[in-house]
Amino acid sequence: MSGVIQGATGPWEMVIGLEVHAQVSSASKLFSGAATAFGAAPNIQVSLVDAAMPGMLPVINKVCVEQAVRTGLGLKAKINLRSVFDRKNYFYPDLPQGYQISQYLQPVVGAGTLVLDMEDGTSREIGITRLHLEQDAGKSVHDMHPDRTYVDLNRSGVALMEIVSEPDLRSPEEAGAYLRKMRSILRYLGTCDGNMEEGSMRADVNVSVRRPGADYGTRCEIKNVNSVRFVQQAIEVEARRQVDVLEDGGEILQETRLFDSRKNETRSMRSKEEAHDYRYFPDPDLLPLEFEQAWVDEIAASLPELPDDRKARFIDELGLSPYDAGVLVAEKEVADYFETVAGGRDAKVAANWITGDLFGALNKAGLEIASAPVAAKDLGALIDLIADDTISGRIAKGVFDAMFKTGRPPGEIVEEKGLRQVTDSGAIEAIVDTVLEANQHKVEEYRGGKEKLLGFFVGQVMKQSQGKANPKIVNDLLKQKLGNPGA
Amino acid sequence: MSLGLTEFTLAEARDKLRAREVSAQELGEAHLSAIGSAKALNAFVVETAERARADAARSDARLAKGEGGILEGIPVAMKDLFCTEGVVSTAGSHILDGFRPTYESTVSANMWREGAVMLGKTNMDEFAMGSSNETSHYGPVRNPWRADGDNRDLVPGGSSGGSAAAVAAALCLGATGTDTGGSIRQPAAFTGTVGLKPTYGRCSRWGIVAFASSLDQAGPMTRSVRDSAIMLRAMAGYDQKDSTSVDVAVPDYEAALDRSVKGLRIGIPTEYRIDGTPAEIAALWDQGIAWLKDAGAEIVEVSLPHTKYALPAYYIVAPAEASSNLARYDGVRYGFREDRDDLTEMYEATRAAGFGAEVKRRILIGTYVLSAGYYDAYYLQAQKVRTLIAEDFKNAWDRVDALLTPTTPEAAFGIGEKNDDPVAMYLNDILTVPANMAGLPAMSVPAGLSARGLPLGLQVVGRAFDEETVLQVGRTLERAAGFDHRPTPWWRDQP
Amino acid sequence: MSLDKATVARIARLARISLPEQDLEPMAAELSGILTWIEQLGEVDTDGVAPMTSVVGHALHHREDKVTDGDRRDDVLANAPESTDGYFVVPKVVE
Repeated sequence: MSGVIQGATGPWEMVIGLEVHAQVSSASKLFSGAATAFGAAPNIQVSLVDAAMPGMLPVINKVCVEQAVRTGLGLKAKINLRSVFDRKNYFYPDLPQGYQISQYLQPVVGAGTLVLDMEDGTSREIGITRLHLEQDAGKSVHDMHPDRTYVDLNRSGVALMEIVSEPDLRSPEEAGAYLRKMRSILRYLGTCDGNMEEGSMRADVNVSVRRPGADYGTRCEIKNVNSVRFVQQAIEVEARRQVDVLEDGGEILQETRLFDSRKNETRSMRSKEEAHDYRYFPDPDLLPLEFEQAWVDEIAASLPELPDDRKARFIDELGLSPYDAGVLVAEKEVADYFETVAGGRDAKVAANWITGDLFGALNKAGLEIASAPVAAKDLGALIDLIADDTISGRIAKGVFDAMFKTGRPPGEIVEEKGLRQVTDSGAIEAIVDTVLEANQHKVEEYRGGKEKLLGFFVGQVMKQSQGKANPKIVNDLLKQKLGNPGA
Repeated sequence: MSLGLTEFTLAEARDKLRAREVSAQELGEAHLSAIGSAKALNAFVVETAERARADAARSDARLAKGEGGILEGIPVAMKDLFCTEGVVSTAGSHILDGFRPTYESTVSANMWREGAVMLGKTNMDEFAMGSSNETSHYGPVRNPWRADGDNRDLVPGGSSGGSAAAVAAALCLGATGTDTGGSIRQPAAFTGTVGLKPTYGRCSRWGIVAFASSLDQAGPMTRSVRDSAIMLRAMAGYDQKDSTSVDVAVPDYEAALDRSVKGLRIGIPTEYRIDGTPAEIAALWDQGIAWLKDAGAEIVEVSLPHTKYALPAYYIVAPAEASSNLARYDGVRYGFREDRDDLTEMYEATRAAGFGAEVKRRILIGTYVLSAGYYDAYYLQAQKVRTLIAEDFKNAWDRVDALLTPTTPEAAFGIGEKNDDPVAMYLNDILTVPANMAGLPAMSVPAGLSARGLPLGLQVVGRAFDEETVLQVGRTLERAAGFDHRPTPWWRDQP
Repeated sequence: MSLDKATVARIARLARISLPEQDLEPMAAELSGILTWIEQLGEVDTDGVAPMTSVVGHALHHREDKVTDGDRRDDVLANAPESTDGYFVVPKVVE
């Protein structure tokens, strides 16, 4: 998905900005003590404050502020020691107060950066404009009744971090990489679980097009896209729409649109009134949010190693390729798993087992690494058994499968099934001799020049030894006894 | 006859209850009876007789054991702006018709905890917007006072008109009010009662229907300064559920009352002399100055240069905040709904039918001054002027300890007299609004009668959280004024 | 400042209060009167003056991150004009 559209009149470049709404991981809401967990029955996790009863007032949750600061630090952003909560006024049934408490002119976090890891191994820095805290709205359900809308306020008041990027993205691919990286950082920090299916992370996409090198064009905002794939499709479809309009001699109307994934198109959001006038003003029920640099420093000191730093360390200190390092750091749980396996062992070998065998098995079983039946220390033990020649690499694959099925450590499985590699040269030699004896004709052919037959002999020896013969010894003995092919 | 039981002050009743000279049930019954005979005043929206009797019985049980809170057994009235659990709370509006809160406001909860007996909810200007109690959905309140030789109904002031009338007519021993631009002090002045607006943040706003968040403050309305001190102590206190509540200890305000004002410096702000004010207001002010001087206070002329801008600034800030606070009244989750097939039409029809004219005007003004292109010129400018007003007071506190001014530019006017021009009505608050804009404590004390026999009040303004000095000065004025006039009860058993 | 009918209609729409056509002119007149009186505020020199953020001097009180509320659907729905199966019910937005 490149970011350049070849129009009828020449090339057009896509210009994309993303506004990510990330639900803060906290037990209770931003300004009320009701719970935030997903999936409760309607209007259960609702306090009188969330329901905007007469006389109710907001009181801020200190952990939500901490999570926003933590996220800002993870994005290498400026933390504003003083910020203000403003009311954003509009009417909608899932906005019970008739206003959303948000931050307008003075957000808690300022400018930062996010590094994109592209598929070809290159990196690009994307600017973050700001991050602010705001309340989430409830849910309006339109399909339970033909004429009525049903309103559930469970989500009303949950803390959101709105993270705004500069319009630095240039293709759907980059947008996807941005979202994946953002999600990864949030999960590393523990400030948001990044679950787009459940709606804890959503994106508004700003799309415009321009001639390469020209000024920015008029943008349209596509609201509430809830998967990376849909974000990429929406960008593609909207950019093409804009190019068509412009090439026909038309103008782009700055408006808000919705992405229809079934029809693969964007549609203008119909509303009876003109553009929203939100009438922002500082919320008089709250005071300015102020905290000390010392508190910010404490949070900074408690940050986990972030994906970019961890990737660099995997490359520099553990000798992994950028690609492998990138794959392993994308999810913190995977990176943690990897480091346990790699500890005191060959990191590349560990990486291969994880990205190859483990990921393969997990995908097939539909599991996440958190539920992997193979414990990291057990995988490490398996690698040790290969390294000290207890079992062969090939046998190890079988042991791994058994470990995955049963969750048992490798040592037990090897002993129980008698899989120990045979390294006794004498015993192997005896088998080699037997095989060569039984296949004189092929021996002749080999000596006559058919090199490929070595594989046949190796296979026969392995078969006779139930796969337990040490392959290197087998190879060496065969070559010794067969002599050079074509000799 | 039980009427005698409604003639005590709150403090006297408290002492008699503790001495078991009178029972809470007798006291409660006498007041319920008085309320029943005073329907003509239209001071009450809801009467809670059963609840009052239950409260009184509980109080008698406590008092018999020698126990009891600050207001044990004292029958009080609650302005209908306070949400009271299980009891209809309307804020004087049609849009909250039938609204029965499942929660209790912090201030009223404090009072019930201290043993107060609930007589009912008092009438008020709709959403506390008004200076005459004529904007209520439940009809106007009539002032118990009438001008000499005149039968015309007068306004009790607003927005706490019902509470003021109830106190003046001896239907309760005390009532709660709220004051955003003068809504406790102005009706107190119009009804010859004592009205105190505490420092912003002194009393919790949790559970009080919000009008203008940065200005609203609950306070006591009583027949004496001592009563005010007692009631404030029960009402006030830090509340974690209100982020604008201030964590300052509540002193025993009554203990401060009899301190001498000798050596206290009283400021007389030049800018409160307003052109066109009746001469008797200026005369009363001079009288007040003389009383304080006689009591040993030092009188100092001060200047609060931005005084005249307080009222126009208020009429930007308050409507702006109100326009946002009242957005929740939309027919979705509680209150009145005017149903339609389309959501937007439902909102528009509900709010058009549910809100009265003054509320609509203020919501529209507020919406306008916050709207794109006007925010800087109006709202931002008003908030800057507010900073200057607060600074004026701060500068004054370098030279004085309290200020003395008249409370209102005139005495109570006739019902319907000022309804042609909204601004004429707004000008009622010209002397009270600056204290709200600066968040300072202020109290009105009845000081004399007008030429036509109507009560006039004097206002004392103090430093933030220095209600003690305000009460002390107020007590001195009260003693000197000796205001023992009572309205002739024309309303008894009238329809 | 004089408001015209169209502006009043727009403000009323923003505030979700329906104003019948015949009320627009009188309302415009009333609001204009109020705004004209308010405009004297423009006389005040506020250069370098910070807008008041709060009369209260202290810091914003923080809450612990604990679930202390909610689970009171009956209270929340008690005064609802229309509710079903635990939801608030409102008319749909008609496109």
